[in-house]
Amino acid sequence: MSENRPEVKMKKEPIGDRRKFLLNMARGVGIATLGGFIWSAQVDAVTASKLMLRPPGALPEADFLKTCIKCGLCVEACPFDTLLLAKPGEDKPLGTPYFTPRTVPCYMCTDIPCVPICPTGALNEESVTTDGVLDINSADMGLAIIDHESCIAFWGIQCDACYRACPLLGEAITIEYAKNERTGKHAFMKPVVQGDVCTGCGLCERACVTEKASIFVLPREVAQGKAGDYYIKGWDKNDEKRLENAKAIKTKTKLSEKSALDSLNDVGDLY
Amino acid sequence: MRNLWNSYRYLFFRRVVQIGLMLLYFGSASWGWTILMGNLSSSRILDFVPLSDPYAVLQMFAAGAVISADLLIGVGVVVVLYSIIGGRAFCSWVCPVNIITDAAAVLRRALRVDSLSDRQRLSRNLRYWILAMSLVISFFMGVAAFEFISPVAMVYRGIVFGLGFGAAAILIIFLFDLFVLKEGWCGHICPLGGFYSLLGKFSLIRVYHSEENCTLCMKCKEVCPEHQVLHMVGKFSESVLSGECTNCARCIEVCDDDALEFSIRKMAENKKLGENNDNIK
Repeated sequence: MSENRPEVKMKKEPIGDRRKFLLNMARGVGIATLGGFIWSAQVDAVTASKLMLRPPGALPEADFLKTCIKCGLCVEACPFDTLLLAKPGEDKPLGTPYFTPRTVPCYMCTDIPCVPICPTGALNEESVTTDGVLDINSADMGLAIIDHESCIAFWGIQCDACYRACPLLGEAITIEYAKNERTGKHAFMKPVVQGDVCTGCGLCERACVTEKASIFVLPREVAQGKAGDYYIKGWDKNDEKRLENAKAIKTKTKLSEKSALDSLNDVGDLY
Repeated sequence: MRNLWNSYRYLFFRRVVQIGLMLLYFGSASWGWTILMGNLSSSRILDFVPLSDPYAVLQMFAAGAVISADLLIGVGVVVVLYSIIGGRAFCSWVCPVNIITDAAAVLRRALRVDSLSDRQRLSRNLRYWILAMSLVISFFMGVAAFEFISPVAMVYRGIVFGLGFGAAAILIIFLFDLFVLKEGWCGHICPLGGFYSLLGKFSLIRVYHSEENCTLCMKCKEVCPEHQVLHMVGKFSESVLSGECTNCARCIEVCDDDALEFSIRKMAENKKLGENNDNIK
């Protein structure tokens, strides 16, 4: 018996090692999974905000988050201190540049100093260039939206603060005249944002006289709907071009297995 | 006085460099200086030479971003720089978190926190795993994953562009290093340090240990934030070849016997060879 004992021990040694190895592996995988999920959740949370107004020329938000290295060179280049880098605790993608028009709007410098300095191309010079020249009017930082309920021009009170503040005067915001039926002798002078011209600079939001701005800039993604491929302006040659890339969704139900005629004539389902 | 200077000269220079760089960045953001613009993620010297954090760019690459030429040049400049002065020279000569963790280490020694707690068993290789994980997460989440949680960038941006809750990051790292894990952040967790460890593996400037001068007082190992890199102390003469050495030079300062000094890698090796030849003769 006593001779066997060392043998038993020797047999156990490698098993112990293997178990230790496996346990270590399992622990490593466990910690990595735990850490990975917490990390991913954190990254997901800090990048979730869709309400960021980006500097001119910014790539679409997903690409922008990928490409921006958070160096703050655009912030330093901005002569009006419009741009800020998101700080921890602000519920914005950490370290990325943004602006708050009600505080400081984009003053639309013609040389757009914030864009060419970007080392990564997250602020894309090409997207704010027309015919080889930097053109701030082609920028698309967002879209101004008017709240008709709180805008006093829609009440009948004369105010054209936003219209006057707009750097694309008479183009991005136009005034629509309508009869004021309440008084019968006055006119409404309602501001209307022209979505295809508006750059989202936010000068209107800054200028708005109401307590909380009744005209405000939102990222285009947030502010706009989308008609989709099912609706085409048949009278507009340009819009008809969308048909080329249009996609149809085929729904398959029990009924669509037969031709429409058959399924309509088949009264069996009714009973 | 001379003694004091002797035992803190590199520390002094490191703090001058660290704070000086911060001041240059701060000046560019606040007063329009152009000597050094941007921050540690990406910057420009004199509005001309680009610099970029290679680890951040690696994450961006993993996330699937298009890497611009400016960025690549910036990465090139930084990589060449640290291939000469030692990969983790970034950690001890540039990184602002180093000041925080050094402070925690000093206080930890003063309070003798180590005598309370058991010896820690967390592997220093953890940082390489976190480095690998950051690239995997960057790939799947489509953003540079570490850059969104990095306290290094947080602290730096905080100093240049305003801190916000970044102050909490400083406090967390300080307390973690002080009470939870000795040399916890810089020595175990920080994947940026891990990245520079790998980058600095082949760098030129090294600490050289000459065994014949060593009196085995072990002051160097006590003060070293990565004491495993000094494994040769008192055993044989050799350059400190581990990439984990931060070239902070604290070991050189505390050594009273001239057993440690900065040297250039190749020359140090030649010197060693020469000695061996002498021995043979």
